[in-house]
This record gives sequence, structure tokens and C-alpha cells, in this order.
Amino acid sequence: MSETVLRVPSGAPVRPVPAPPAGRPAVRLTRVSKWFGTAGRQTVLEDVSLTVRRGEFLCVLGASGCGKSTLLNLVAGLDRPSAGDIDVSGGRRPALMFQEHALFPWLTAGRNIELALRLRGVPRRERREEALRLLELVRLKGAYGKRIHELSGGMRQRVALARALAQDGDVLLMDEPFAALDAITRDVLHEELARIWSERGLSVVFVTHNVREAVRLGRRVVLLSSRPGRIVGEWSAGDAPEAALTATITDALRKEIRRHGRR
Amino acid sequence: MGAGETVEKNPGAVADTGGETAAVEAGLDALESPPRAAGRLPLGRVLREKALPPLAAAVLILLLWQGACAAHLKPDYLLPSPADVWRALSDQWYEGTLLSTVWNSVRRGALGFAVAVGLGTALGLLLSAMRTLRVAIGPVLSGLQSLPSVAWVPAAIVWFGLTDATLYAVVLLGAVPSVANGLLSGVDQVPPLYVRAGRTLGATGVSGVRHVLLPAALPGFLAGLKQGWAFSWRSLMAAELIASSPELGLGLGQLLESARSYQDMALVLASIAEILTVGVAVDLLLFAPVERRVLRSRGLAGARR
Repeated sequence: MSETVLRVPSGAPVRPVPAPPAGRPAVRLTRVSKWFGTAGRQTVLEDVSLTVRRGEFLCVLGASGCGKSTLLNLVAGLDRPSAGDIDVSGGRRPALMFQEHALFPWLTAGRNIELALRLRGVPRRERREEALRLLELVRLKGAYGKRIHELSGGMRQRVALARALAQDGDVLLMDEPFAALDAITRDVLHEELARIWSERGLSVVFVTHNVREAVRLGRRVVLLSSRPGRIVGEWSAGDAPEAALTATITDALRKEIRRHGRR
Repeated sequence: MGAGETVEKNPGAVADTGGETAAVEAGLDALESPPRAAGRLPLGRVLREKALPPLAAAVLILLLWQGACAAHLKPDYLLPSPADVWRALSDQWYEGTLLSTVWNSVRRGALGFAVAVGLGTALGLLLSAMRTLRVAIGPVLSGLQSLPSVAWVPAAIVWFGLTDATLYAVVLLGAVPSVANGLLSGVDQVPPLYVRAGRTLGATGVSGVRHVLLPAALPGFLAGLKQGWAFSWRSLMAAELIASSPELGLGLGQLLESARSYQDMALVLASIAEILTVGVAVDLLLFAPVERRVLRSRGLAGARR
């Protein structure tokens, strides 16, 4: 067994890592820049080139103001880059999960997922069954008829994950999806996400400011600088044991943050 | 692809952690789900907590009123007693005019309101979609909302004569701005996150309006509808009060005005009571349940309701 097995603090293996298949990348950013405003423009992302392989779990790490969310918005097609190209394979629009669950409170959990299916063009009679299947995947089959406010924070994010999966894209973009959860719930969701990722062969871009989370989940971790966001570091899960890798990346992140205090 | 490789490489570990994870997760779900809102309150408690206080207040007001009459603070023709007003009401009932008068006004109010909802919603959607238009006529719309619609009555009479058209014109001028503004403020309050989430799901353009924007704006829109009804009803009364003619048919406003001209103070107060009753009844029986349902289903109304 030559593949890296990342370990949770307790020492239990979280997941084996599937080898990335060759072929066309899931997402490719070529020299992407993004600025806002015309006069005295503010550059948020500068010259970012990044490739996400099919089936890869990539974590994008950075402090506040590094343009992590902007990056995801660009990949999701919610915004256009000011310069450079973004190429997303698979044809379907990438799914995007937010820090807040962004589920629609006027629909039940099940209906939220069915709306995503409907917008994808799934015929009405198949929607309910598919929604139940997705809820079962996130172990929430009983939540079908529940209103969003009747669910806990962790359950909401799992329903949001199920809704994102309902889009059936190859690419899943996650914008600090677990940042607002307590530590135990977050741990459980890490394991669930890792399981679903490997079961479904998703390509994931996971944005976070939490180094441990990034090292734990990511096959590859990319560090973005702040104002403007540029890629200033990259590590692979296989480079070092988890603890050492966490320390190295934390150092790099702290150095990056210190730079701003000196200005 | 992932699943197959996973099983080959490390089947035991995954199965174990998966089972353990599922168990922890089920425990967290059970512990952290907010307790289900209590079901319906027992009828006795509803009566005691919701119906009793307003009834007690009404009785108190009647007692004060009766007291003032008994003390002869004012002569009867200025301050009739509750019994006089009740007599005026029952006279109307036995003459068979009570229901037809109320119905005439309610019918006009409801029809005017329905048209106002259609126009106001269309206008609100148009303005929320076209920024320039909103900048141009938004202030006028807000201004119209604060303009007492009775101010339109003279103009409407000149334009339309003493016809139903006058009444409806005044109702529409009073209610359309409220409905449109209600929709606009509802749309303004939609969290941008919902719109973004909708767009990533593919709800753009018309489907975004239908599946995300309108349902998200519903609470604000309902408030606008409620206000629109209040304005419809008020405007109608103002118009009926001034525009009365035999061809128009007797509504509550006209009843009030003819009671004044006969110096029949008991009938004046009876008419006011009827107008008030219609307003309260529509709010209580139509808007309150809808609003409560919408808010509750979104977790916006606390369990206290």
C-alpha cells in the first residue's frame, strides 16, 4: 500500500486516497486576475494559474482578503474574470456550497433538493426518489419533510451538500462550508465529505482558512496570499506526515499574514 | 471509480470509521435538532390568552361609554348611548339594509383591492427589474403612499362623474403604491445569498424570479398586501363619503354621510362600527392566518404565537 493514508487525531485512518486518473483536468485556471472598480482599481486575484485534476480534492488556503470566495465565484460562473481563462470540464455548472447553508427556508429539506433536480431537468416523477436517495447518502433520509429551521447546523450543511450533489456536476466547490460548525460536528462532516468524495469520484475545490482542515482533507493544498491573492505555496498530502505538513503550512500562512502588519 | 479503489485498498478502515461516524452523527442529529415547535394550543388556553383580553377591553370601553351617557356629560343627540347605537343597527337589520349596505362596500373594496394587487405586483416587479425606472418613479410611488387618497376624490369626480369608476380610481390610487412598495421592499430584503445559491443551481432569469426571488420576498410582499387592503378600504370609505348619488347604490360611506345629514348620531356611530368591523374581520380572518402560516413555516415566528 503505497498510497498516503491521512490520519485523524485519534489515529484512525480517514480515507485511502484514490490515484488521480489521467485525462482532461476538471478545472483549469490560466493566468486569472480579477479586479473591481475602474478608477483606483482593487485587484483581488492576480495571475492565478491552477489545475484541479479529475477526482482530486484540492484545498485553497488563505487568510482574510485573499480572494478565496472570489476565486470560487469565478469558477462557479457567478462572476467573470477580468483577465485570463477558466475552463471547467463536464459541461454541467459546478455546484457551490457556502459557509451558510443557503437552503431555501420556504421549502422543506426534500423540496430544496427537488428544486435543484428540477432546475437540472430531471422529470417530476423521478425527483422524489432521487431526493430521498441523496438524503440517504448524507444519512438524513428522515429529514425529507423537515423545514430548514427544524434542522441543526450540521444537518443543514448535509442537506446543502445533498442539494449540491443533486446538480450532478463533476466539480464541487466549497466555500468554508464547515466554518460555522462546532468541532465535533465538523469532524463528523469531514469524514462524511471524504466518504462521499471517494464514492462519487468528485473533483472538489475546498476553500478554508483552517490549516488543519486543509491538510486533513486535501490531496493538495494551495496557499493564496492576501491583497492581491496570488498562489504563494503548494503542498501535496504525500510530502510529509500530517503533523509536519500542518506545521510547515501554518508557518507559511503566518509569514504571509505578518507581511501585512509591516506595511 | 473512487468506491472500487477504496474497497480494494482499505476496506476495513473505511467500514469501521463509517459505522462509527454514522453513529456519532445520528447522536448529534438527535441532540442538536431544535425541539419541534409545540402543536396547537388547547382551545381553552387560546380563548383565555387570545380572545379574553380584547373582549375585556371592548367591555371596558362600552362601560366607560355607558357611564359617560348616564352622567349626561353631553346631550343624547351628541352622544347617544350604546343601546341607541345598537337600536340603530337592529333597525337597519330589520329594514333589510344592513347586509346589502355592507356587501356593497365590501364588494367594491374587494374588487378594487384585487385589481390593485394585480397592478401593484406587476409594477413592483417591473421596478425591481429596472433600476433606472425605479430611481425615476420610486420617490413618486413612496410619495403617493403618503398622500391621503381622499385628495384624489375631487379630481376623480370631475373625471368620472358620480360613477363606480370614481370609487375604483380612488381605491387603486390608494392601494397600488402600497402593494408595489411592499413587493419592492420584500425583494430588497431577500438575502443575496439566496440569489447566488439559486444561480448556481441554474435558477436565472425568469426561473430565478419564480423559484427564488418571489418566494423569498413573500413575507415583505404580504405586509404590502395587508397595507394595500387597509388603504383600499380607507380610500373607498373616503370616496363613498363624498361621492354619494342614488345611482351609486348605498355603501357604508354613503350611509355615514346620510346619517350625518339627518343628524342621526346613533346611525353615524353604527356606521363607523360597521366600517371598523369589516376592517378588523378581513385582517383577522384573511391576512393574519396567511401571514402566520408563512412566517411559521420559515421559522420566523416564535413558538409564542
